[in-house]
Amino acid sequence: MAKFSHAILEKNVVLLAIATLITVSIGGLVEIVPLYTIKSTIEPVQGVRPYSPLELAGRNIYIREGCYNCHSQMVRPFRDEVERYGPYSLAAESMYDHPFQWGSKRTGPDLARVGGKYSNAWHVQHLVDPRSVEPGSVMPPYSFLLRRRLGREDIARHLQANRAVGVPYTEEMIAAAHADMVAQADPEGDHDHDALLERYPKAAVADFDGRPEALTEMDALVAYLQILGRMVDFSKYTVKDLQQ
Amino acid sequence: MVAATAEAGPGGSGAASETARSADLPAYNMTVVRQFTLATAFWGIAAFLVGVVIALQLAFPVLNLDLPWTSFGRLRPLHTSAAIFAFGGNALFATSLYVVQRTCRAPLWGGPSLAAFLFWGYQIFIVLAGTGYVMGVTQSKEYAEPEWYVDIWLTIVWVIYLLVYGGTILRRKEPHIYVANWFFLAFIITVAMLHIVNNLAVPVSWVGAKSYILWSGVQDALTQWWYGHNAVGFFLTAGFLGIMYYFVPKRAERPVYSYRLSVIHFWSLIFLYIWAGPHHLHYTALPDWAQSLGMMFSVMLWMPSWGGMINGLMTLSGAWDKLRTDPVLRFLVASVGFYGMSTFEGPVMSIKPVNALSHYTDWTVGHVHSGALGWVAFISFGALYFLVPKLWGRRELFSLKLVSYHFWIATLGIVLYVTSMWISGIMQGLMWRAYNDLGFLQYRFVETVEAMHPYYVIRALGGILFLIGALIMIYNLYRTIRGDYADDRVAEAPQPAGAAAPAAA
Repeated sequence: MAKFSHAILEKNVVLLAIATLITVSIGGLVEIVPLYTIKSTIEPVQGVRPYSPLELAGRNIYIREGCYNCHSQMVRPFRDEVERYGPYSLAAESMYDHPFQWGSKRTGPDLARVGGKYSNAWHVQHLVDPRSVEPGSVMPPYSFLLRRRLGREDIARHLQANRAVGVPYTEEMIAAAHADMVAQADPEGDHDHDALLERYPKAAVADFDGRPEALTEMDALVAYLQILGRMVDFSKYTVKDLQQ
Repeated sequence: MVAATAEAGPGGSGAASETARSADLPAYNMTVVRQFTLATAFWGIAAFLVGVVIALQLAFPVLNLDLPWTSFGRLRPLHTSAAIFAFGGNALFATSLYVVQRTCRAPLWGGPSLAAFLFWGYQIFIVLAGTGYVMGVTQSKEYAEPEWYVDIWLTIVWVIYLLVYGGTILRRKEPHIYVANWFFLAFIITVAMLHIVNNLAVPVSWVGAKSYILWSGVQDALTQWWYGHNAVGFFLTAGFLGIMYYFVPKRAERPVYSYRLSVIHFWSLIFLYIWAGPHHLHYTALPDWAQSLGMMFSVMLWMPSWGGMINGLMTLSGAWDKLRTDPVLRFLVASVGFYGMSTFEGPVMSIKPVNALSHYTDWTVGHVHSGALGWVAFISFGALYFLVPKLWGRRELFSLKLVSYHFWIATLGIVLYVTSMWISGIMQGLMWRAYNDLGFLQYRFVETVEAMHPYYVIRALGGILFLIGALIMIYNLYRTIRGDYADDRVAEAPQPAGAAAPAAA
């Protein structure tokens, strides 16, 4: 037997604490650090962009209401999931998500590719009264979203905070943040929609909630739902392209 | 040496007439232990109640009331945080601060004011977090939902906790640090590390609640589940093993089964647990190597987990008959049994093909609750029943019969809960992947939701039973503190713990 005795640690709390800290650090270091250093962790694909200001505001409502408690945003590479939801999710698709919204439970269906599957009117009706369009649903109703003005006068600061954590929002995007947010939900108004779509390709421009007189939380949430899974054009990629 | 170490702690002060003598030990700070004990009971009821509410919401969605503050999405974090951090956290504070003083034979470092800060500081954290959820303030990371300002507050409280705990160990009069303290210490240190790294964020403004987390996408996912799984591993496991290592031997009046096993399973448990996070991300966009590594370590984790279970159960060697007569010991031992069951189920579910079926389903929810209700809550109940008479200087509990009722009602509740979630989870997983003869998916998603309705009702029923059991405990503890004794004692009458033991001090 070597001369080491566990009694040394049992008699010195500082040593015990240091040995414990080292022991519990190793696993995390080995698993997490390489995710930043190995390039193939995030496969290069075209189309992933930062969220438009209205989408970002909608995403924050999604988070605030705890949608992630029941909806995942992560299609696994199984036949049934790909047929039910669409192409399996890529790491690149959530690279600007602070925090990620992959979820852990599907009390409701996965939402990673819900964008474009249903009309804006369907989403509004479903959020106001889920069982009016899906009688078997157990989702809570969110009619108050329709009554609440979005506000979010400080949206530019949200873009700035995102830039601080690594999302490539440009000066131009930050300067135009509020105007873009209003423009995206006001297709008939006097806004520079071309510039908006230049900055945020594929953004859905619409009066999402059917209430042109007000920019509501419903507008923002539906704008977010409608971009989910649509940034990458999967007709351009085969499984072979995505293999690492 | 083996026996000496194992017994140094629990035997440190004579079990006999401990109740009577606890009043003569003014140096120990039992005030803060009493406060945390009451808070444990209070938040336990709150956590179980919100759990019952959200379980009923899934069965009867009209109960969401179409109000922002009462919808499932906001109440579910309220339930999980109340259970883990409010109920579990207060139980850990109460027991760890009790155990560290007694096994070190030293009063808390920092004196009564720092201890009071710990108590009130932690309750403020709970209230800040909980009110935030109801108002929609969340950063959406599971079990780490509180926003940046609450995180900073908790960090301050936690550092004080480490100082008080470590400082007390430094002042100890026993040569060895008792094994329960290793686990408590590992829990405090690791939770600090996890909490800080997982919550690094940039606030939008210093006067607003909203922040954006530093990590993104795949890196954030693994950081979160490195945190999330080890919230289970260190908050709900290592900390509660600390409870096991003091209260099981104490109540059974036997030394810990094996000192060597406790050394081996301590180091292997804390080393292996940290690696297991990726099993929450099987088949996701997390790189395959990380998933496989997570699975491998999760399977290996089975061994140290059962090492702990064996050490806990075998401590009863020669004292198994007490299970018949002492329902408090029954709680403690049943909890170790549930611990063994959950830590077997966990590695099974971490195997990738099993996880392909179980992930995203209620099976996970059932697994969590067999651990949370069976292990965490049961051992906490046992510790509460043990502590309350001692802390308030009562000879024994008001009624052991009520403890027995509590035990059986709660156990029935767990059985209903876990079995209904097994069935609904496996059923839903199979329905998602079912194909019909023509090669099309057989079920729409909503059909799988409809199929779960009866199991959601059964689960809610299980939760209600568990809550009823806890309310019986509250009544029993209340009467105990008042100094009442029920006359059912003659019939059941076990020897009050320690009554016959010789004074060892």
